[in-house]
Amino acid sequence: MLQQLIFGNLTPAAVPIHTPIIMGAGIFMALIVLIAAGLITYYKKWMWIWKDWLTSVDHKKIGIMYLILTLLMLVRGFTDAILMRTQQAVAVGSHMGFLPPEHYDQIFTAHGVVMIFFMAMAFVFGLVNIIVPLQIGARDVAYPYLNSLSLWLTVAGMVLVNISLVVGDFAATGWLAYPPLSELAYSPTVGVDYYLWALTLSGIGTLIGGINIFVTIIKMRCPGMTLMRMPLFTWSVLCSMILIIISFPILNITLGMLFLDRFMGMHFFTTTFGGNPMMYINLIWTWGHPEVYILVLPAFGIYSEVVATFCKKTLFGYTAMVWATIAIAFLSFTVWLHHFFTMGAGADVNAAFGIATMIISIPTGVKIFNWLATMYRGRITFELPMMWTIAFLVTFTIGGMTGVLMSVPAVDFQVHNSVFLIAHFHNTIIGGVVFGLIAGYTYWFPKMFGFKLNERLGKYGFWCWVIGFYVAFMPLYALGLMGMTRRLNHYSEASGFHPFLLVAAAGVAIILLGIIFLVAQLIVSIKHRHEPAYRVSNDPWDGRTLEWSIASPAPFYNFAIEPTVDSRDAFWVQKQRQQTQGRVETPHYTDIHMPKNTSIGVLIGFFGGIFGFAMVWDMAVPALLAGIAIVICVIARTFNFHPDYDVKASEVAHIEAAAKLAE
Amino acid sequence: MQQSWTLKGEEYLADRDQTRIISLYASLKTEEFTAVIKRRSLFALALTGILSLLLSGCDLAVLDPKGLIAADEKHLMIVAILLMLIVVLPAIILTFVLAIRYRASNTKATYAPDWSHNNWLEAIWWFVPMVIIAILATITWTSSHRLDPYRPLSSNVKPITIEAVALQWRWLFIYPDQGIATINYVQFPVDKPVTFLITADAPMNSFQIPQLAGQIYAMAGMETQLHLIANEIGSYNGRSVSFSGDGFSGMTFIAKSSSQTDFDTWVNTVKQGKNALNMSSYNDLAKPSEDATAQYFASVDGDIFHDIIMKYMPPQQPASATMQAMGSTSATAQ
Repeated sequence: MLQQLIFGNLTPAAVPIHTPIIMGAGIFMALIVLIAAGLITYYKKWMWIWKDWLTSVDHKKIGIMYLILTLLMLVRGFTDAILMRTQQAVAVGSHMGFLPPEHYDQIFTAHGVVMIFFMAMAFVFGLVNIIVPLQIGARDVAYPYLNSLSLWLTVAGMVLVNISLVVGDFAATGWLAYPPLSELAYSPTVGVDYYLWALTLSGIGTLIGGINIFVTIIKMRCPGMTLMRMPLFTWSVLCSMILIIISFPILNITLGMLFLDRFMGMHFFTTTFGGNPMMYINLIWTWGHPEVYILVLPAFGIYSEVVATFCKKTLFGYTAMVWATIAIAFLSFTVWLHHFFTMGAGADVNAAFGIATMIISIPTGVKIFNWLATMYRGRITFELPMMWTIAFLVTFTIGGMTGVLMSVPAVDFQVHNSVFLIAHFHNTIIGGVVFGLIAGYTYWFPKMFGFKLNERLGKYGFWCWVIGFYVAFMPLYALGLMGMTRRLNHYSEASGFHPFLLVAAAGVAIILLGIIFLVAQLIVSIKHRHEPAYRVSNDPWDGRTLEWSIASPAPFYNFAIEPTVDSRDAFWVQKQRQQTQGRVETPHYTDIHMPKNTSIGVLIGFFGGIFGFAMVWDMAVPALLAGIAIVICVIARTFNFHPDYDVKASEVAHIEAAAKLAE
Repeated sequence: MQQSWTLKGEEYLADRDQTRIISLYASLKTEEFTAVIKRRSLFALALTGILSLLLSGCDLAVLDPKGLIAADEKHLMIVAILLMLIVVLPAIILTFVLAIRYRASNTKATYAPDWSHNNWLEAIWWFVPMVIIAILATITWTSSHRLDPYRPLSSNVKPITIEAVALQWRWLFIYPDQGIATINYVQFPVDKPVTFLITADAPMNSFQIPQLAGQIYAMAGMETQLHLIANEIGSYNGRSVSFSGDGFSGMTFIAKSSSQTDFDTWVNTVKQGKNALNMSSYNDLAKPSEDATAQYFASVDGDIFHDIIMKYMPPQQPASATMQAMGSTSATAQ
């Protein structure tokens, strides 16, 4: 009885001791954690990590921690991809490959979950956190403490997904966990519970983050920065955050209902007792479709910044770009049914949603042509961010075309659920989102750290990524037309899939090289950061927006003097004026109001993770204790009557003088 | 081409003549890639040339249809691609041309740092895609109705009805009129419309025979429909295309279209067998199994298909009302 209350259903048998692949991965992850912990202990950095990072509410540091999370999860999700591609490359005919279905099914589920929720979303939030306040001339986000909470809830979800690797199992249902497969009747293990709790925790974190950034953009722009003077990146982030605020509650509630089905025997989505699985599929896609635009809109914003900067030219058609972004955001809520034309909704409904889907391609096409028009009569320098942008323009256009193709319901009947679909959405998510985020990372890296990334390794990485992408995914288009279904564990010799899957596996190997080059680029650049070749000025790319007007890395208060803006491309205009009018007068500093660090965010994340884990295993006592701890944390925070402090003007003057000297 | 396309669709909507279905299929079949494209541009021709070169030697089931519905779907796919290439090709080519022409080292190229607006240009790239999408939308509307899986094929030949049940993890086919049943093998006469009534006694699956028609989901407690026709004799691969658990990969079946005589002979042979499909043998079949070998049942006891759907109905309500609420209205098209 007591054991049941404390340990729930968790027994030592939950650890798959006899599965070498899983145990190997688990030991590898444990080793990394141990080595990191050992190094921190050896260099006596625990206090530094706690004070300067874990409890920090500085949006730039939170952003950097999101980027670290991104890198870790990219490695995790990509390992899953390698396993899947290898399995499909060998499991032909009588060979069943090295992954039995029950393991393979978890891998493709985890790949999707990790890549979307913990890689791409963390990447977006990392860049958004670091750059948006700088672009709008703000000193922090609107709710610094909530920002820290968002991060740590996301981390809690991430930890749950990775714990599921060695303790119990993960969902084997596909990344959206459609019922009835995800119901207790067909998925009796804890896999789906891990899925539900990981996504619930990170989903709450994302929702809070979305509200935070939205309020920041609306309320904290510097004087003179009207909405129509905002940089395009900030605009697209604003639209993306609106999508988060509207769509993430749907996700959390839908997952909550599935949880009630599984935990309390309810019948929202069961096939029996009046439940309706089709309702889940509708609900999950009313979140799921906006989600892809939550990811791609910020990437569109990055391309807009990069194109203007590296063409040395004002962005073409700013107003049209803004309205196209708003139109895309709005339309993204009107098309969810195109994910299941094949459910039998009828010709009228299918056609209506199909046509709504195609309409999105109009504003998207306008954006592409506006970027091209920005290149026209520019002075294009092929720095890394620009190279990624050009790769995007070509790749995303192809992905868009196959997308519109599938928006015709009668065509979709043939290619839905095939690897043609897999090729399509990787074409847009890698070619659109990942290329854009890597461009943004390379572009803003000097601003984050004060030195730039190694260019040669970056170029190797770029070519491996782009070539690898085409080698890995173009065969999938052909395979889809050959009738190859997604999520196959093995297939017959006669199907003729094998040669194409070998090519695709080779493509993944090339992308792996690309990732290795990017990691090497980061390590080499950090190692050589003090060398003159890596040192950069505050404005290495001759930038156009406010983030380039301050020191690199930015001081913790961002702007010593709050900027005032009277046009778009504020910093560019300011530079032009300085050329004609000479230097401005000596600055006059005032006290700066800043938030204090808080440990509440990381504590709630920690207890949230424990709560999730306890709920997965039905551990009543730990769940209750963790729940109480969370409530205590929240109450304790309300008794903090001094969450902020003032930085004295003299100290600001001191820091600014030192930064001038360093430059 | 656009015109001929819609016309063809309407013809077949109105048509009730069996021989016309066959000739429509033949005309869709012969109108190959290049024949269509010749009326387009040289560009598209070159592109398809490269494409077909790359893809020659592999079995592209979707592009090698053997029945009217699949042939129509393939035709639709090609039309849509060609329409989109009108915008997509210029975009891709412009990317390279502009990147090369306006590289910083080419100082001869004009540099206009503040040029950022032009009404005419913006009008072009708002309106050209709009026109193309308007055309595509019209095609989508008509084709969605014409190729609605629930729409019976207009034909004066009486269709054959086959009930398909997705199990964990195999397919059960029941022939209500012939009184036989099969596992993972389905046979029907060529040039005769086939009405598939589909359900599942398993997680959601999807039923597809790519060379004959696109897919439709198979869901527990519900009946979905798929109408198709095979216009050539042959054996075609069918499978579940919606992930449904561990044994999903092996959830394949063979769909064979044969002459009417061969079909009748086959039915008689099956009837000679010893196995009978009744509720107790069905319950054995419904247990999770990855055994994908074909099986045959010489007789079917009662309306098992209906019973399978009704398994998922709440027991306390009258069956007819529940059917209305859960099955017919939600999953039936019209």
